[in-house]
Amino acid sequence: MPPVLDDLFWTYQSLIYALGINGLLALSMYVVLAIGQLSLGQAAFMGLGAYSSTLLTLHAKLPFALVLPASTVVPVLFALAIGLPTLRLAGVYLAIATIGLGEVLRALYLNLDILGGALGLSGIPEAAGLLSIYGLLAAATLALFLVGRSRIGRAMEAMREDETAAQVIGIPVRRYKMGALLASAALAGLAGCLSAHVSSFIGPNEYGFDTAVTILSYALLGGIGSPLAPVLGAAVLTLLPEILRPISDVRLVVNGVIIVIAVLFLPQGLLARRMRRRAA
Amino acid sequence: MSLLTLTDLTRRFAGLLAVDHVDMTVQQGGIHAVIGPNGAGKTTLFNLVSGLIPPPDGQIHLAGQDITALPPERRAAQGLARTFQNIRIFTDMTVLENVLTGLHTRTHATLPAILLRLPAARIEERQAVARARAALDFVGLSPAADRRAGTLSYGDQRRLEIARALAPEPRLLLLDEPAAGMNPPETEALATLIRRLRSTGTTVLLVEHDMGFVMDVSDHVTVLNFGRRIADGTPTQVRQDPKVIEAYLGQKVAARLAQQAEAGGAKAGVRGA
Repeated sequence: MPPVLDDLFWTYQSLIYALGINGLLALSMYVVLAIGQLSLGQAAFMGLGAYSSTLLTLHAKLPFALVLPASTVVPVLFALAIGLPTLRLAGVYLAIATIGLGEVLRALYLNLDILGGALGLSGIPEAAGLLSIYGLLAAATLALFLVGRSRIGRAMEAMREDETAAQVIGIPVRRYKMGALLASAALAGLAGCLSAHVSSFIGPNEYGFDTAVTILSYALLGGIGSPLAPVLGAAVLTLLPEILRPISDVRLVVNGVIIVIAVLFLPQGLLARRMRRRAA
Repeated sequence: MSLLTLTDLTRRFAGLLAVDHVDMTVQQGGIHAVIGPNGAGKTTLFNLVSGLIPPPDGQIHLAGQDITALPPERRAAQGLARTFQNIRIFTDMTVLENVLTGLHTRTHATLPAILLRLPAARIEERQAVARARAALDFVGLSPAADRRAGTLSYGDQRRLEIARALAPEPRLLLLDEPAAGMNPPETEALATLIRRLRSTGTTVLLVEHDMGFVMDVSDHVTVLNFGRRIADGTPTQVRQDPKVIEAYLGQKVAARLAQQAEAGGAKAGVRGA
């Protein structure tokens, strides 16, 4: 790395990591929104990935190459347990159940000694880096793009537009909903593992309701026309506080105003272009 | 040969018998219409056949197989397709993508195959596009293939919905009031389309209010009133059935028409009810 870039990297290291990790979180939100469901469990799934991977690293001393894929297991199991009863119901049940999950887990993290209680867990080795974060982000974006333009992507968009029509066409709606929720949980789990392994510390309050809403706003701002849109939304919302640092007194106000303006004037998101759903 | 058989089908909504012990048989290869005054149970019957409302009492057989308890997506895989009275196309998709979506049960590429871009998945996708284009060709929408579906005219949206239902080559196509909201030239074009469908061997079951249209295209008509089957036969038979005339025009008019028919030997018919 040339010295100039090197300096730049060390100065903005945590921001560069955050951009990639938040991009993954935005994708995990996108997968669920793409089928017309609303989940507010992304932060909770992220926390499950962070805590489970940290335990594997600190106590089981597993190498990061094993910890990273393993970090999807616990979030996926929880998603399965939440999805089975709620996905058969129409409406906001999934959203409510996933909010509940976040709160239950926070209480759990606070009260279990092995999870560090209010102090959280620290001393996590910095095993993740540019390669693992951006490699995964690129792989996930590419995978979602390939799926998006396939028969599965068409089925997902059909469900989002009109679930009854999709069902009558022969799309197994419930199976796809579950698949999307599990994929979303896995992505959030990976993001949690990565963020734990670059920040060396995790705490019980990092994965609560406000984090869930922030993740949702990535996708709302970017849009869900293609997988790139939510990643762009995450980038904007991650960079914005940094750019607004000089006016730090009114930073939150400006941040909020930008989101309101985006929702009012860009209902399709920043990247409104819809991807083509044909592979041939 | 019978393709669809309804046996003693009953569906209750909070005490109201929407469909009341209906027996009905749809013959293979024909155009079968279900008619009846408003609230006769036609749409309920359709929703029962396509599986959108929970299984009723009685049985539904498609090509000899009991589909009474199957969810809608499994019925689609068995060769059942339908359109809706209030058109339900995917308005944000292109016209071609809509029809491709209709081919979901006829394509099988799995997630790994799609992610690895396996040749089999790509060939299948190409074939699906060809099939979808053929279906668009059939309904005359090929020139609009890449337009956003929501920008089509009402009549074209209806054609698109039919193309989407047709693409998987269903055994039985249910059309729920296909002529609703159409102007006379559009209705005429629709009748031609439905007749061409029959010539390809697709069996059509339709619900319709436009009596002229029904008498024009169907081979067989079932008449429902208050959820009960009151007549069943060819269009000519049904048109002369006193019970049908009564259901549509009321007892008084029916009695007068019957008198006139006796007196003058003139044929009394139900038209444009």
